[in-house]
Amino acid sequence: MNCIVCMASVPDTASVIKIGGDGKGIDESGIKWIVSPYDEYALEEALQITEAQGGEVTVVTYGPDHAEAALRDCLARGAHQAVHIRGGEATLGDSLTIAKVLAAAIKDREYDLILCGFKGVGTDCGQVGQMLAELLDLPHAANVTELEVGDGSLTAGRDVEGGKEKVESPLPALLTCQKGLNEPRYAALKGIMAAKKKPVEKVEVSSLGIDEGGGGFYAVEKLELPPEKAAGTIIQGDDDASAAAAELVKLLREEAKAI
Amino acid sequence: MAGILVFVEQRGGEVRKASLQAVSEAKRQGGPVSAVLPGSGVGDAAAGLGAWGADTIYVADDAKLGFYSAEGYAEAVVKAVEQEQPSALFFAGTAMGRDLAPRVAARLGVGAIADAVGLTRDGDAFSVRRPVYSGKAFATANTGGKTPQVISLRPNVFAAEEVAGAGVVVAVDGLSLSIRALVKELIEAEGGELDVAEADIIVSGGRGIKGPENFALIKSLADALGGAVGASRAAVDAGWIEHSHQVGQTGKVVSPSLYIACGISGAIQHLAGMSSSKVIVAINKDPDAPIFKIADYGVVGDLFDVIPPMVEAIKAL
Repeated sequence: MNCIVCMASVPDTASVIKIGGDGKGIDESGIKWIVSPYDEYALEEALQITEAQGGEVTVVTYGPDHAEAALRDCLARGAHQAVHIRGGEATLGDSLTIAKVLAAAIKDREYDLILCGFKGVGTDCGQVGQMLAELLDLPHAANVTELEVGDGSLTAGRDVEGGKEKVESPLPALLTCQKGLNEPRYAALKGIMAAKKKPVEKVEVSSLGIDEGGGGFYAVEKLELPPEKAAGTIIQGDDDASAAAAELVKLLREEAKAI
Repeated sequence: MAGILVFVEQRGGEVRKASLQAVSEAKRQGGPVSAVLPGSGVGDAAAGLGAWGADTIYVADDAKLGFYSAEGYAEAVVKAVEQEQPSALFFAGTAMGRDLAPRVAARLGVGAIADAVGLTRDGDAFSVRRPVYSGKAFATANTGGKTPQVISLRPNVFAAEEVAGAGVVVAVDGLSLSIRALVKELIEAEGGELDVAEADIIVSGGRGIKGPENFALIKSLADALGGAVGASRAAVDAGWIEHSHQVGQTGKVVSPSLYIACGISGAIQHLAGMSSSKVIVAINKDPDAPIFKIADYGVVGDLFDVIPPMVEAIKAL
């Protein structure tokens, strides 16, 4: 069972976001880059599947130089091979171009399963997995929180509003992974040392026949911080909680008209 | 002005509220509005869409579409696109809409813009405002001139409003429906629990509720308000409640009309997931908790003392 994991290197979720000089992207100074949290579930699932059933895990990322550290992190956790498609600055958020790049890099590799996070934390599009499935003509299941992979087919549970859908699909297939699927492992020291010696295959976008500057499918006009909020009304509830509760309900009813 | 085609989602023949919001928003944009409704035995649901603003309703009624499949539904939507030739294709940003929109877009060879919270229009070209970095910033983006412009709309941001109108129902024919990944079963949460992603009011509990048994207190307040139960990452990671309730950067990003955070200090990742809520209430013992900085109303006090009289006061309204 060979698995390909698509991984994105994203700003640490604890990052304070500042707008960059061009007004269209973030100020990247001081940003710590990490494996996108949902891609960790994809990697962990791939590792567990190959540990149980044999086969290899190949992690593919499309990103600038900072993506290599995230790729090494994946190797340290146990991925067998790593592919770094260099580029991606101009196509951030352009899900279709990203999917085309990944499809071109993946199509001739051997795989039974492709796993992605259900979204990249940051641009928050949550679209690349489904687009990649379409471009590679694969069935897919998204937002997967339960998975059983059998011989030639899989059963997945996916989160939907107010419940869970059970999906059955033949292999090969693509899955996008959601929290709840597993508990991602951390890299152990031994893995970190071993990862330093593992090769990272470098691929240039141009060699895939894709022009990053060729007019994409997602153009950012501007990026802004959320509007500042005025200070709220604070009620002291330490001494008389009942009175505070009554005042809060009154304010929500009469002033905010929220209830 | 070319029209807008809206994908309409139903469950058991009942159209989802978020889809009505999308149809209404398309209507408010002006120009012709059409809808596409895949399913099995959905004729009545289709006929009702005219009252929400759809001029033409494409129905793909087939036993194979009784349960959702991205492949089957994508085929139905693409067929309707071919017939209608819209300049934009709207989806409600539900689990289904967010799954289907990118698959359809890729099949049409265009991009897609997810999670719109604002739309402006110049001729046929949309500029879409959407939260990024989980709401720590907002991007305004367009599809670079590619059409149809595939856009998913965040639920509960755009209002659903009935209009005087009756749509014409048209059957989508010639579907081959070769479906590989198929939903076999929908397991509904116990008690028909309201999902945070759809709720207009959310009451969330965090580390301050001290244990899983105390989510009953959170639920009592949510029930009194007709809202959903949310949770911080701390409460989910402690195993007190399922991840489907988690609000925040690695959970659901929500924008209800009322969000009540109980015993949640307000880590940046949590704030990112709920800061666009219309009215924010914080109940916390610690007056220095960051959550108070973005709260419209705050009660500094013990949630175990504050919530029970709140529930009583709400019931007395």
